[in-house]
Amino acid sequence: MRIHRIQAEKIKQEQSPVDLSQLEHLFAKYRNKSGSLIPLLQGTQHLYGFIPAPAFDMISKETGIETADIYGVATFYAQFRLNPVGKVIIKVCHGTACHVQNANAITDAVQDELEVKDGETTPDGMFTLESVACLGCCSLAPVLMIGDSSFGKLTGKSAVKVIREIKDTMKNEN
Amino acid sequence: METSIKPKIIVGLGSCGIAAGAAKTYDKLLALSKSGKYDFELAKTSCIGMCYKEPLVEVQDKSGSVIYGDMTDDKVIAVIEEHFATDTIVAGMAVHSSYSEASEDAYFNGQVKIALRNCGYIDPESIEEAENREAYKAIRHILKSEMKQMDVIQTILDSGLRGRGGGGFPTGMKWKFAYQNVNEQKYIICNADEGDPGAFMDRSLLEGDPHAVLEGMIIGGYAIGASAGIIYCRAEYPLAIKRLNIAIKQAHNKGYLGQNVMGKENFNFDIYVKEGAGAFVCGEETALIASIEGQRGMPRKRPPFPAVSGLWKKPTNINNVETWGNVPWIINHGAAAYAAYGTAKSKGTKVFALTGKIKHSGLVEVPMGITINDIIYKLGGGIQNDKKFKAVQLGGPSGGCIPAELGHTIVDYDSVNATGAIMGSGGMVVMDETTCMIDLAKFFLHFTQDESCGKCTFCRIGTKRMLEILERITEGKGEPDDIGKLETLADQIKNNSLCGLGQTAPNPVLTTLKYFRHEYEAHIFHKKCPAKVCKPLLTYTIDPEKCTGCTVCGKKCPSSAIEGGRKTTHSIHQDKCIKCGECFTVCKFDAVLVE
Repeated sequence: MRIHRIQAEKIKQEQSPVDLSQLEHLFAKYRNKSGSLIPLLQGTQHLYGFIPAPAFDMISKETGIETADIYGVATFYAQFRLNPVGKVIIKVCHGTACHVQNANAITDAVQDELEVKDGETTPDGMFTLESVACLGCCSLAPVLMIGDSSFGKLTGKSAVKVIREIKDTMKNEN
Repeated sequence: METSIKPKIIVGLGSCGIAAGAAKTYDKLLALSKSGKYDFELAKTSCIGMCYKEPLVEVQDKSGSVIYGDMTDDKVIAVIEEHFATDTIVAGMAVHSSYSEASEDAYFNGQVKIALRNCGYIDPESIEEAENREAYKAIRHILKSEMKQMDVIQTILDSGLRGRGGGGFPTGMKWKFAYQNVNEQKYIICNADEGDPGAFMDRSLLEGDPHAVLEGMIIGGYAIGASAGIIYCRAEYPLAIKRLNIAIKQAHNKGYLGQNVMGKENFNFDIYVKEGAGAFVCGEETALIASIEGQRGMPRKRPPFPAVSGLWKKPTNINNVETWGNVPWIINHGAAAYAAYGTAKSKGTKVFALTGKIKHSGLVEVPMGITINDIIYKLGGGIQNDKKFKAVQLGGPSGGCIPAELGHTIVDYDSVNATGAIMGSGGMVVMDETTCMIDLAKFFLHFTQDESCGKCTFCRIGTKRMLEILERITEGKGEPDDIGKLETLADQIKNNSLCGLGQTAPNPVLTTLKYFRHEYEAHIFHKKCPAKVCKPLLTYTIDPEKCTGCTVCGKKCPSSAIEGGRKTTHSIHQDKCIKCGECFTVCKFDAVLVE
């Protein structure tokens, strides 16, 4: 059931304060428009990469919708994140085509490489590993997506290679 | 004087083309064009359906057209230069051509393109190119010839078009209900929440020919008397959303949308794109409406149907992307032309997304009534590595598998339903002998269980219990009465769920039980996985004939279960082996055997 996605212990984690004044522009855009809760949440996530806890109260004040109801909507949809994510999000496709071409081996290999579980972020805040249900590149299965780039026809080994290359470029940039 | 036509090079830039590197290919060609070495026009198009040969580059010149496949950025320049130098097809690289035989002709020849008529032929970001291929001709005809609303509906009824999202409800009938409900405000919705993992028909159509969908919606809006249309599109399809928004803007500028559409007084129609937020259940119409209204996407009881009380409690007509894409063609070419394709009760064509263990994965549009074998072997080129065809999954997580021996089944709503599967929206995942059917059923149930909205008890808890049973079967802990329990639960979930998600969730289990019961029995009673997929049921041994004593497997083994020194034959301690398969993966000499 969809309730899986609520990870209570993680929400309690300290979230560093964010500048919520940017939300004002978003509110102005959707003011007095019916059915705008989901676009508001999407806009908030677009700004911050996730939905910061204080944003719930602000959206509630703005729209008059109870915070609990907003929270209910945010946790219903897979798109919304309640915690900060890493700089790089690794999306491993687990659509049917990727599944029959052994996508599990990709997730396993990436989990081992980054030492995080599916849905978690590395302690250094660099990588977040996510499983997604079909990126739509079924002919290239199994696929993973990093940023806007897709990598297809992978094996566990080649997936790890891709991630090591990204690690190296990030190190060089620093 | 000889007239010379300037050659045109077109690059396929759909999502899968881009994933295969088409953007880099385009950049290389752009550099070539700017170099001035050759005089040609460079253009973009979207998916032509041939995903397995992406990136695709088409060259149009005085001889005709030729499409080259696998044109990655390292190969494309050489091929194009050779094409220009020799003025003819580059041998071995062409996949299709208008003037010569090419390697993939069988893939093209079996298709009838109605919904996908412009995909791969136009630049989806150019309304003029769409107009040159009949876009907005149908709505112009309707408005100019003052066709009555009911005449439009009758044409759609006569065509026999049925909902392409999977339900198969007659489209004209749906329109008629919405038309008959008098209200000053009505809505049109395009369901583009393509959630079936392994299906991408709608995405390709939206990316490749957004105007076809917009025009279909305008026609639907005119027919039922709606003034607003909403496209509910998956957020995972950023390119489709971008191109839809461009197309809507262009249609506005040309007067196809807005106040007094094309000068027709009192016909106002606007279209908006609403991004979904990731929930499979939102493909169900009442859940979709709840989501547009900003609520949790949970289905509600019907009746009232959306045609009576839909979005904001107003009469609403919802159709799927592909259904809308068919509508303008039907108006342009007549109901009879559409109904000429297909079978007695399923007219026209259907788009399928072919994926899995098939050689030609991609999109195909075929007339209803074609057999599954024809799709797989003629269009799809057969099974990868020429392995044995085992089954095909139709309809995604809501559908079921059809075994190879029923490959003669024809594709229409009723014949597919008779097998226990459903037509669905068009996902067709092909499986070979290396696919474990219990593992597959587990995969789908995991998906539906995760996506269940939680409203109905049987769907919420029943799918969880079924999943637990499947999990223990694949772990070698299956119990003798597990098959009976699965059947009881499946029956209860089917009969006690409110919406299609729950009612169809047990289908993958029921169809695999029907056609592959022996695999369940092998797992439960003999603790064996015939397809060698379920790791806990496998036994790893080392073939002493092949083992060279290289020690690689021993070093990799996480549980130190492998014994043997350098240049001596290794062996696996079965009591220590955790069946991770690492030795099998790393062995370069195929010396690790799996049973």
